[in-house]
Amino acid sequence: MDKSHLGQHISQQFNEELEDIRNRVMAMGGLVERQLEDAIEALTEGNAELGEVVITNDYKVNAMEVAIDEECNQILARRQPAAGDLRLIVAVIKTITDLERIGDLAERVGRMATRLSVENDSKNPKIDMRHLGNHVKQMLHDALDAFARMDVEAAVNVAKQDPQADKEYEGIIRQLITYMMEDPRTITPCIDYIWAARAMERIGDHAGNICEYIVYLVQGKDVRHTSLDQMEKAAHQKRS
Amino acid sequence: MSINSETNDKENKSGARTHGIDISALDRSDDNIGIEQETISLEVRDLDLFYGESQALKKINIQIPQNRVTAFIGPSGCGKSTLLRCFNRMNDLVDGCRIDGQLMLEGQDIYEKGVNVADLRRRVGMVFQKPNPFPKSIFENVAYGLRIQGVNNRRVLEEAVENALKGAALWDEVKDRLNDNALGLSGGQQQRLVIARAIAVEPEVLLLDEPASALDPISTLKIEELIYELKEKYTIVIVTHNMQQAARVSDYTAFMYIGELVEFGDTNSLFTIPQKKQTEDYITGRYG
Repeated sequence: MDKSHLGQHISQQFNEELEDIRNRVMAMGGLVERQLEDAIEALTEGNAELGEVVITNDYKVNAMEVAIDEECNQILARRQPAAGDLRLIVAVIKTITDLERIGDLAERVGRMATRLSVENDSKNPKIDMRHLGNHVKQMLHDALDAFARMDVEAAVNVAKQDPQADKEYEGIIRQLITYMMEDPRTITPCIDYIWAARAMERIGDHAGNICEYIVYLVQGKDVRHTSLDQMEKAAHQKRS
Repeated sequence: MSINSETNDKENKSGARTHGIDISALDRSDDNIGIEQETISLEVRDLDLFYGESQALKKINIQIPQNRVTAFIGPSGCGKSTLLRCFNRMNDLVDGCRIDGQLMLEGQDIYEKGVNVADLRRRVGMVFQKPNPFPKSIFENVAYGLRIQGVNNRRVLEEAVENALKGAALWDEVKDRLNDNALGLSGGQQQRLVIARAIAVEPEVLLLDEPASALDPISTLKIEELIYELKEKYTIVIVTHNMQQAARVSDYTAFMYIGELVEFGDTNSLFTIPQKKQTEDYITGRYG
């Protein structure tokens, strides 16, 4: 199925309901992206105030998850969607769960930013963390874009970016371990940095999950817990 | 994902991480249900059907598996009832109806010369949209088919009627009034009575043409529950306009459109990942 296929129901109202759900997922995705951007900024610039903003705004992400979930439940109960429509609803329900988790992780980065803003040790992994942050932010952005366009090709490309995030995360941890070995007084801030780096790495995983739902939505193949190769194969399978 | 995650990276041959658990039982194979593994009860080969000049069925090829429920769906006039009627030669009664091709029941062509149609219709029973009990007692309705076969022993009849009514999940509701007129039953009860009448002669195949479309939701559910139980003993073919009903009761679904069989497959796949765009458009309400 492709995007143009959505709005062709005999029931105009059903068209509108599905379109509305898609728009709300995109709005939620936009909000989460913004949260992540602010959290990275707060962490790397030592901006405690911005960190606080991220923490307080998380409730908006949660509220959106609950609202979209409810709308999906209503569609399931009232419309009994089948085939592509059913897969869209299922993909949306799963996607918003991952988006909400990304929201939580952004909040954690924001929290660490407020705690770390008082540290002024020049030995810190901020540059690498900005790099990792930007990398997973781009992954999230591209995943949402692929969802909006129902583009499996793009989804697979996003999933391919995840090993890079894992590598950068491992590099940051190694760096932090040397700091802690050199000077045990840095252990407290280093642990906070580890939390933040871990959160960013997890965001990459969640963005990858969203890409798996896109393959399911478009191709009807469940590629969770399989290899990248299998995901690619499923994405390229032709459907008549 | 994390450092030192060697155990995580151990991959089985399908490339999935196993975490040391045997996941073969959870294997996601696409063909755990498939027509290949089924015993075939009815097989249609290159069937064409004409009503006078107009062709109602075009080169239909389908295999109906034994002890399974197969549903035919499709818009009005697509030929699904016509195809159903072929299975017990009900179309013989229609003037100007001509059939080419083969229709095998247990390996024997039912359109061959010399086939006893009355015997065929005993082996392939049919239930229609509107319940059509005879204006007789409940008992006589169910015993009717057996009496025609020449069974007159009271004890044999009583036992057969009881079994058929139990099989149709109606026994408890009518056991105290078997001699009442069948027309006094409710619509849902009448439909189950008709099913009891059909199964009293122990057919192999049961054809149901919109069996629940004239019934209220509760009676409909009872019929659906009954269909689920009946497939233990019979091969069931059901025509329905209600797609949710087809999704609920059937193991296999065939989608037909203007006399052609568009897609046939196991119901789970057909309703989640239809292979043809036409099927997708129809079951998601985009047809038109």
